[in-house]
Amino acid sequence: MFRLYYKIISTPKTVIDVQSLGCDTGIDIVGKKLEARLQRSFRGSLAIRAVDAGSTNACEQELTALGNAYYDIERFGIHFVASPRHADMLMVTGPVTRNMKEALVRTYEAVPDPKIVVAVGDDAIDGGIFKGSYGVLDGVHNVIPVDYQIPGDPPSPRIILCGLLQILEMLDSRSKAAQ
Amino acid sequence: MFNTLISSNIFFLSLLLWIAGAVGALVLSKNDRTANWWGNSFAILGSCVGLLFSLSVLIIGSTFSFNIDSTLPLLSLSFSVDKLSAFFIFLISLIALLASIYALGYVKHYYKKYNIGALGFFYNIFLAGMVMVVSAHNALFFLIVWEIMSLASYFLVIYENKEKENVQAGSLYFIMTHVGTAFITLAFLLLYRSTGSLDFGVIKETIGNSSPLITDTVFILALIGFGTKAGIIPFHIWLPNAHPAAPSHVSALMSGVMIKTGIYMFIRMFMDMLPDAPLWWGVVILILGAISSLFGVLYALTEHDIKRLLAYHSIENIGIILLGLGSSLVFWSLDMKPLAVLSLVAALFHTLNHAIFKALLFLGAGSVISQTHTRNMEEYGGLIKYMPQTALFFLAGSMAISALPPLNGFFSEWMTFQSLFSGIMASNVPVRWVFILAAGSLAFTGGLAAMCFVKAFGVTFLARPRSENVRHARESGFALRVGMAVLAALTLVIGFTAGSITNAVSGVVSDLSAFNSSEPAFFSTIQTVGMRNGFASISMPLILASLIVTMALTFFAVYLVSRNRKTKIGRTWDCGTTLGPRMEITATGFSNSIVTIFRGALKPTKQTSIEYRDEDMRYFQKSSTVELGIQDIYNRYFYQPVHMLTIKASEYMKRIQSGNINMYVLYILAILIALLFASGM
Amino acid sequence: MSIIIWTIQLALVPAVSPLCIGVVRKIKARFQNRVGAGIFQPYRDLWKLFHKDEVISEDASWIFKCAPYLIFSTTVIIGASIPLFTTIFSINVLGDLLVVIYLIALGTFFLALAGMDVGSAFGGFGSSREMTVAALTEGGLMFSILVPAFSAHSTNLFAISGAVASFSFFAFAPMILALAAFIIAMLAETGRFPFDNPATHLELTMIHEAMVLEYSGKRLALIEWAAANKFFIFLALGANLFFPWGMSSSERLGDVPLALILFFAKILAFSVFVAVLESTIVKFRFFRLPDLLFTSFILSIIAMSLTI
Repeated sequence: MFRLYYKIISTPKTVIDVQSLGCDTGIDIVGKKLEARLQRSFRGSLAIRAVDAGSTNACEQELTALGNAYYDIERFGIHFVASPRHADMLMVTGPVTRNMKEALVRTYEAVPDPKIVVAVGDDAIDGGIFKGSYGVLDGVHNVIPVDYQIPGDPPSPRIILCGLLQILEMLDSRSKAAQ
Repeated sequence: MFNTLISSNIFFLSLLLWIAGAVGALVLSKNDRTANWWGNSFAILGSCVGLLFSLSVLIIGSTFSFNIDSTLPLLSLSFSVDKLSAFFIFLISLIALLASIYALGYVKHYYKKYNIGALGFFYNIFLAGMVMVVSAHNALFFLIVWEIMSLASYFLVIYENKEKENVQAGSLYFIMTHVGTAFITLAFLLLYRSTGSLDFGVIKETIGNSSPLITDTVFILALIGFGTKAGIIPFHIWLPNAHPAAPSHVSALMSGVMIKTGIYMFIRMFMDMLPDAPLWWGVVILILGAISSLFGVLYALTEHDIKRLLAYHSIENIGIILLGLGSSLVFWSLDMKPLAVLSLVAALFHTLNHAIFKALLFLGAGSVISQTHTRNMEEYGGLIKYMPQTALFFLAGSMAISALPPLNGFFSEWMTFQSLFSGIMASNVPVRWVFILAAGSLAFTGGLAAMCFVKAFGVTFLARPRSENVRHARESGFALRVGMAVLAALTLVIGFTAGSITNAVSGVVSDLSAFNSSEPAFFSTIQTVGMRNGFASISMPLILASLIVTMALTFFAVYLVSRNRKTKIGRTWDCGTTLGPRMEITATGFSNSIVTIFRGALKPTKQTSIEYRDEDMRYFQKSSTVELGIQDIYNRYFYQPVHMLTIKASEYMKRIQSGNINMYVLYILAILIALLFASGM
Repeated sequence: MSIIIWTIQLALVPAVSPLCIGVVRKIKARFQNRVGAGIFQPYRDLWKLFHKDEVISEDASWIFKCAPYLIFSTTVIIGASIPLFTTIFSINVLGDLLVVIYLIALGTFFLALAGMDVGSAFGGFGSSREMTVAALTEGGLMFSILVPAFSAHSTNLFAISGAVASFSFFAFAPMILALAAFIIAMLAETGRFPFDNPATHLELTMIHEAMVLEYSGKRLALIEWAAANKFFIFLALGANLFFPWGMSSSERLGDVPLALILFFAKILAFSVFVAVLESTIVKFRFFRLPDLLFTSFILSIIAMSLTI
């Protein structure tokens, strides 16, 4: 066991720096104007609930990778939660199949205000490769109001992380502007 | 003023009121409403008079005695009410008062179905019988009134005789109570033989000359006899069947007060009448108390019939009272009188508390059952929205029985713990282990009881209804709510006035001649109760005050911080699926973990039966039934062997009746010769 | 008694407990070779939760709405009545062992009821498991603290810590057993490995989290804070009952900073221990937990037989 501890202590740090992420890709803002109060609340702490509305699980794997020792999303105060009642942000993946429509609406209603909805992946934005199929509803915005979109099929964790940081920055600057 | 109240007039007035209530109810039984009103009002009046009488004895402290000699030899109707009897009369009257108020509304459910006059008759006789039992001073008279009490309660148990299981429960109760009475009779006969008198006072004075063998045998006989009434494991098998069968206000009385008459006689016999108890008496009672409390609560966890669950909790609490009683006997035999006073005060306080919160719980269960017409907890749910006040009172009862501060149950369990801890520190090695294991069993019992009442309250009142009968439940009537409200208020009041009540109870204990000159090992003021050697101290008013103040401060502070936030009402979150009644936790499911953990003691059984669509192929199932059960281990290891033994012995004895005339003549000759020999010598 | 000492005693537990949780999370993150959130992150989480709206289920009753206040109040009261950095409160009648244990039971009772109140599938079995673990832990917890209590001839926690400070070397053998039993009981009551994973998302493995899945906003903040308080209370009990050296025993204000520093050092040591334990062992299957709890009880009884 002590050999394990020694190995843990001697492993070099692998977490990537914010600067070397190279966040230059813009993310799309779709939703309504967010109130000032919403901006102020999330400084420093954001709880995300990931909803899989019939996706291919590619986006889920990228979301899971956000918590590993390379990207380490927790250092920004962002963490994933199990229940939508605990969440501030819903990250929805998948083109919203018919079977998941009701579940997605109920999840949205279960999140307390103020809340943000982010559609992650091309499928969630407009149906992606499934667009026009009889079994899907072609994008999250047809079911619940969406505030931000992160494009990609699937978007790599770097892009998702950049997107989240930019959302937080935008909320922060809007709150400063509103004050 | 109180002095005048301690007279035979007042005592007999209460008995007369009850008898008048009984007879009048029977006479008026044609009209349901009048019979109900008459029977219960006289019960209320009798209880009020009984309360006044017992309070005056407790305050003034003089013993009330009354004697009527009769023409029959050995039988004299003698009553003697000292502070101990007055304490129990107070208990009986208090619970009877509130149960009768409750019954004014509750009995309406029996109109047109059963004879209300009979209910009033047997109910009042039952009350009178109980008061006479705790004040009787002559052994033969005691047996007579004991029998009156048992018979009256038997008729009350089988009152709803249209249900077959109630009649069966009544038969079991009848048999078990008479088995107990047989043992009690044997004990009294032994006492008579060694002292020549049936009067309790005379026995007390002359028993000192008897051999220890006699007193030990009397101890065992009385333990079994009164233990059957009190509900000690393994003599308790009638309790879980009989208490649910009776009407709910009668169950409250039976569970809250009648089984305490067994405890009363334990104290009367082992600490008052019989001299210096040896050590092993107390140890035996401690062990029985530990076993009763643990097994009582374990079986309660397996139940999903709400009244059976409460009946098993009575067994558990009798176990806790016995823990206090047993340690008191141990300390007395080790000549540590202050600690003995402490333990006896703990036992008596728990008797008082248990009577109050058990009656409250049974009355609450009765309200629920009369509204939903089922005793099965699996069909309840969401009743807090239909019966909010009943739910609040039941919650008070649940918190009290789980020994949660600031209510009264916590304080008596605290005192019992203190007496057990003192026992651990004060005794030598073998007895110390008994105390350690007893304290361990009390600790586990407290935790398991809390779990059981989360289950009982949660499954009954919270979440959504699990069946349709629940939806037409309405809040209980006014009389029912008054009865329950007073009891719930008492749990809170006794909780924070625990110090003053401890003083009163220790006055009761000091009145016993064994403890006349002992200082108790604790001190109690209005604010604090603590041990004199500085081991522990507690302040119940402080706990209540700090809880209220902190909650108020928290509420205020949170309101300040989040006063601009809104609250929305939404659907329960269950992963986006549709919630049905089958998705809520059931009573069986709630206690499934504990049953699995304790499967060595509880021996759960599971039987699956499957019906197939094609009997030859046996592949596609049409329906599948699973039956979960609990084997009663005391049944399997105690009653079945005794049963088998009795049958085998009877079959063996049958050989005497050979049918051969010559054998019978030989028997007569043999007995004649033996008698001639005996008379010759 | 100086007002300042009183104020610190009353406010210390609610003020510092989120920091303690933050430290544990940080160490666990470091073990996973991550950076992790800052140690003050729980404060930010609480602040954010107090500024969010709430969604309450239509099936919930007043028990659901009032339980968080009651649970939080019990943890604050317990926090104020246990020995933290000073022993000058010995005459305080609120420091009795049984009062503390049963106030914890009061909080657990209402949390379990609140979990059942909303009628979700998760809350019900969460309550069942929580009550099972709580019922079986009470024996081990009570008896492990009774071991020093019998040696100190008092069940008042302040008196116990005062007496243990003056134990001889040989009196310590049974204390080690009692400490082991106490640690098992502590892990069970605070919902840490191997009893419960406080960071899990899998509802079927939750015990404490399953009951609070339905809470949001300020009530969730109160419950999270109460859980942090409970964790801190158990660490403080372990530190001050079994390693009570360094507590100030006079009313002089000058002693207080040193006592506080030593106290925080002991708490830090315990937090590191819990974090290392959580990073090393696995969470046990539910039906292995009673074995562990009975072991705690047996260890305390053995320790007790060695002391008296």
